[in-house]
Amino acid sequence: MRKRSLIPILYILFLMLPIYWLIAMSFKTTNEILSGFSLFPQTFTWDNYITIFTDPSWYWAYVNSIIYVSLNTVISICVALPAAYAFSRYRFLGDKTLFFWLLTNRMAPAAVFVLPFFQLYSAVGLFDTHIAVALAHCLFNIPLAVWILEGFMSGVPKELDETAYIDGYSFPRFFITIFLPAIKAGVGVAAFFCFMFSWVELLLAKNLTAVYAKPIAAEMTKTASSAGYELGLLAAAGTLTIIPGAIVIYFVRNYIAKGFALGRV
Amino acid sequence: MKTQNQKAWFFVLPVLLLVAFNALIPMMTVVNYSVQETFGNNVFFWHGVGWFEDLLNSERFHAALGRQILFTTIILLIEIPLGIVIALAMPRKGIWVPVCLVLMALPMLIPWNVVGAMWNIFTLPDIGLLGYLMNTTLGIDYDMTQDPFAAWVTIVTMDVWHWTSLVVLLCYAGLVSIPDAYYQAAKIDGASSWSVFRYIQLPKMKQVLTIAILLRFMDSFNIYTEVFVMTGGGPGNSTTFLSIDLVKIALGQFDLGPAAAMSLIYFAITLLVSWLFYTLMTKDDGK
Repeated sequence: MRKRSLIPILYILFLMLPIYWLIAMSFKTTNEILSGFSLFPQTFTWDNYITIFTDPSWYWAYVNSIIYVSLNTVISICVALPAAYAFSRYRFLGDKTLFFWLLTNRMAPAAVFVLPFFQLYSAVGLFDTHIAVALAHCLFNIPLAVWILEGFMSGVPKELDETAYIDGYSFPRFFITIFLPAIKAGVGVAAFFCFMFSWVELLLAKNLTAVYAKPIAAEMTKTASSAGYELGLLAAAGTLTIIPGAIVIYFVRNYIAKGFALGRV
Repeated sequence: MKTQNQKAWFFVLPVLLLVAFNALIPMMTVVNYSVQETFGNNVFFWHGVGWFEDLLNSERFHAALGRQILFTTIILLIEIPLGIVIALAMPRKGIWVPVCLVLMALPMLIPWNVVGAMWNIFTLPDIGLLGYLMNTTLGIDYDMTQDPFAAWVTIVTMDVWHWTSLVVLLCYAGLVSIPDAYYQAAKIDGASSWSVFRYIQLPKMKQVLTIAILLRFMDSFNIYTEVFVMTGGGPGNSTTFLSIDLVKIALGQFDLGPAAAMSLIYFAITLLVSWLFYTLMTKDDGK
């Protein structure tokens, strides 16, 4: 038994090494980083973090990222819920084709869409707004949300719906007060994945924004411009991008473990 | 059984409108560019299938596609089995489960350009942890920016680091759903651990594995940001995957026609392979 638990431990160690290195670097001065190898920070400094928290263009970039990621998660879940319900409960003309077509949008390389997206969102006057990025990320997040939610909904017996109708519930009331609580783990998992894929995406986010909605990932390229690489600053900014994700996964950790087991997913 | 109900279309409508806005309009733009030639100033000429012909005969395209396929194959061959092994070895109950899950999911939640930058810092020969260990402690000559082989090994390691957890999480969820009674029955029958895996665990994981393989295929076939930040496609062209070449042509050289044609072929390949996976693996679902 003991030999078996060695595998996850080794794997987690392997995962933590680059992350440790990033965090260690964020507490070093750029001079110390460039002057040679050291396993721990020799002169421990908070300067890199202070720079980020006192410069509006830095911390606003974080706020921008969080705004469009949250917007995207809310939009994706709200429109995916009824669609997933339809896919899990009814047969209708073209349902299988439609389901696969939705999935195909998860497959399109973002590189393909960069230029057309730029033109499309400029044409409708949404360029450089949070909503533009949030809508663009719907392209790959809605299909995923529908996919996950459909799995959870199929795990809920159909008798629940029928009993509620017999008891005189209207559809919206049934959906909100009975059905949603029954699949709340699924909503959690779907929201987690939407948050994750929107948070980590850069190519579209960067090309759809310029100043007002600039994401943190784009702001980080600033460290490369003046007088060589400011590695310490880059590491600190990178470390800070891990935190929102870590918080989100902490909240959904239990759903993730049992979540996918239900239904199709 | 599901009921036939055409009104279900109303439920799907919002999704349809949003995704169509995002997918169809840009796709039409791409198709439009792919059959035209331009000399700037928004003047376009009909070019027919010329770009497609050029592309299918272009060695540069073949090389980039070959590298992309090789990369995805290596990734799937390493990450899927490794993910299954780790999921099998995970504890099923206890306080360590949430800790393991949170730590394992961490790499997936780091923005992709940060992942690239992080691995860049990690592998610098003189001041990075991995680079220093390899060169100074182990005495292996290792420099990702000079040696194509080292670049490949680094990128594959980076991707394994980044995404194996997705396979682990999905497989683990499948494993947890197996009732204890199954294992007890197997124990009474004296089944070996291999047959427990083959006849109980693997079939239970089949559905989640379908998702894992599909997601890993799509994402590794479309990988761009991490590789671009780490190597920029180099040294030479050794890590110029299809996606990197595409962005080079589209945004670097602004050759819209060839880039659009390339996008369409790229998308078609992804679509075809995903469809094959999808049909093969969901074939028995209806029974």
